[in-house]
Amino acid sequence: MNAKPKLLTVMDVIAGVMFVTAVALVFFYAPLERVMGLVQKVFYFHVASAWIGMLAFAVAAFYGVLYLVKKDARYDRVELAAVEIGIVFAFITIVTGSIWARPIWNAWWTWDPRLTTATVMELVYFAYLMLRSGIEEPERRARFGAVYAIIGFLSVPLTFFSIRLFRTIHPVVIGSNDPGAEGAFDMTPKMTQTFMFSLLTFTVGFVTLLWHRVRLGALSDKVEQLKLKLQS
Amino acid sequence: MNGFAPFMRALSAVVWKDLRAEWRSRELLSAMLVFALLVILIFNFALELESSVRANVTAGVLWVTFTFAGQLGLNRSMAVEKDRGCLDGLLLAPVDRAAIYLGKTLANWVFMLLVAVIVLPIYSVLYNTNLFIPGLLLTILLGSEGYVAVGTLLSSMAVQARTRDILLPILLFPVAIPVVIAAVKATGGYLQGLDITEILPWLNLLITYDVVFTAVAFMVFDSVVEE
Repeated sequence: MNAKPKLLTVMDVIAGVMFVTAVALVFFYAPLERVMGLVQKVFYFHVASAWIGMLAFAVAAFYGVLYLVKKDARYDRVELAAVEIGIVFAFITIVTGSIWARPIWNAWWTWDPRLTTATVMELVYFAYLMLRSGIEEPERRARFGAVYAIIGFLSVPLTFFSIRLFRTIHPVVIGSNDPGAEGAFDMTPKMTQTFMFSLLTFTVGFVTLLWHRVRLGALSDKVEQLKLKLQS
Repeated sequence: MNGFAPFMRALSAVVWKDLRAEWRSRELLSAMLVFALLVILIFNFALELESSVRANVTAGVLWVTFTFAGQLGLNRSMAVEKDRGCLDGLLLAPVDRAAIYLGKTLANWVFMLLVAVIVLPIYSVLYNTNLFIPGLLLTILLGSEGYVAVGTLLSSMAVQARTRDILLPILLFPVAIPVVIAAVKATGGYLQGLDITEILPWLNLLITYDVVFTAVAFMVFDSVVEE
C-alpha cells in the first residue's frame, strides 16, 4: 500500500509524454482551420476535457451504485476522486469554450443547451461536495454521496434534453449538424488524427489522476484512523 | 411483510399521520401559503406585472412560487420528523422503508397541491388571468410530483447533515431544473393557447422525469435512512 506502484509511475511518464505530443500535434501537425484560424485549435482540448468530464461523472455514478450494493469504502474513494476530477475538467471545458466563443459567436457566453447543461452539471457536483462536507460520519457520508452521485448523473441528460427543446447554436463537429449552428467545420484527416490522439491522451491522463487521487484518499483515511487511535 | 396489502397499509398510515399532524398544527401549510403570497407580491414589484408583461411571465412566476414554497415545506416536513425523534420511530416500525418514503412523498405532494389550489385562484383574481385550464392543472400535478419525489429523498439526506438549513435548496435545485423548465414551458404553452402538439414534448419530459426519479428514489431511500 505505502510504496507507489511501479505501474503508476509508468503511467505518469506515459501520460506526460502523450500530453506533450498532443500539444505538439495540435500546433504543428493539425492544419489551420480556414475560417476560424488559430482559435479553432482550442477544439482539440475542449472536446477532450468535456469527454473526461462526462466520463468522470459516469464513473462516479457507477461506483456510487457499486458502493450502495457492496458497502466497501474503496468504491466511495473512487467515486469522490472521479467527481473531483470531473469538476476540474468540466470547468476546463467551460473556460476553453468561452475562449473560442468570444471571437466566433462574439460573446463569452450564450444560454445554449450544452453550455447551460455544463453549468448545471458543475452546480450538481458542487452540491455533491457540499453535501459531503456537511456530514462527519464517514459511513453516512459515503452513502449520501453515492445516492447524490446517482441522482445527479441521471438528471444531467434530462437537463440537456429540456434545454435542447429550445434551439441550439452550438456546433456538432462529430455526427450530424444543426443547420442553425454557428462555427461548425469539417475535419480533415490530420485534424481527426490529432483529435483522436488528444482524446486518448486525456483518457490516459484521467486514469492516472484517478489512481493518484484514490491512493491519496486511502492514505488520508488511514491518517484519520491513526489519529482516532491516538486520541483513544 | 413483503405483500402488497401490508405495504399499502403502511403507506396510507404514513400519509394519514402526516395529514393529521398537519391538520392539527397547520404550521407547515400556513408557512408555505404566506410565503407563496409574499413571493407573488415581491414579483409584482420586481417585475412590474402589467397586463402586457404578465402574459409572458405568469408561468415563470407561478413555478418559482411553487418551487420555493415547496422547498420550504419539504425541509420542514423532514426536520419535524428528525427533531422530535419521529424518524427513528418510523424506522423502527416493521414495515418496508419504501412505504415510508412513498408516504412522505404523497403527503408532501398533497401539501404542494393544496398550496397550488389556493394560490391559483388568488393569482387569477389579483391579475385578472384565467388559470383554470385543465391542461395547466395537469402540468401542476405532474410537475409537483417530480419535484417532491426528488425533494423528499434529498430532504431526508439534508436533515441529517450539519448544514441542513441551507443544504436542501442547493441539493435540490440543480437536479430539479428539468422539471422547472418543462413545467414552465408547458404552463406557458397552455396560457398562450398553443396547440397540443407544441406542449406535448414538455408533458412527455415531465412524465419521464416523474417516472425515472420516483423509481430511483424509491430504490435508494433505504440506504439514506439506514443506521
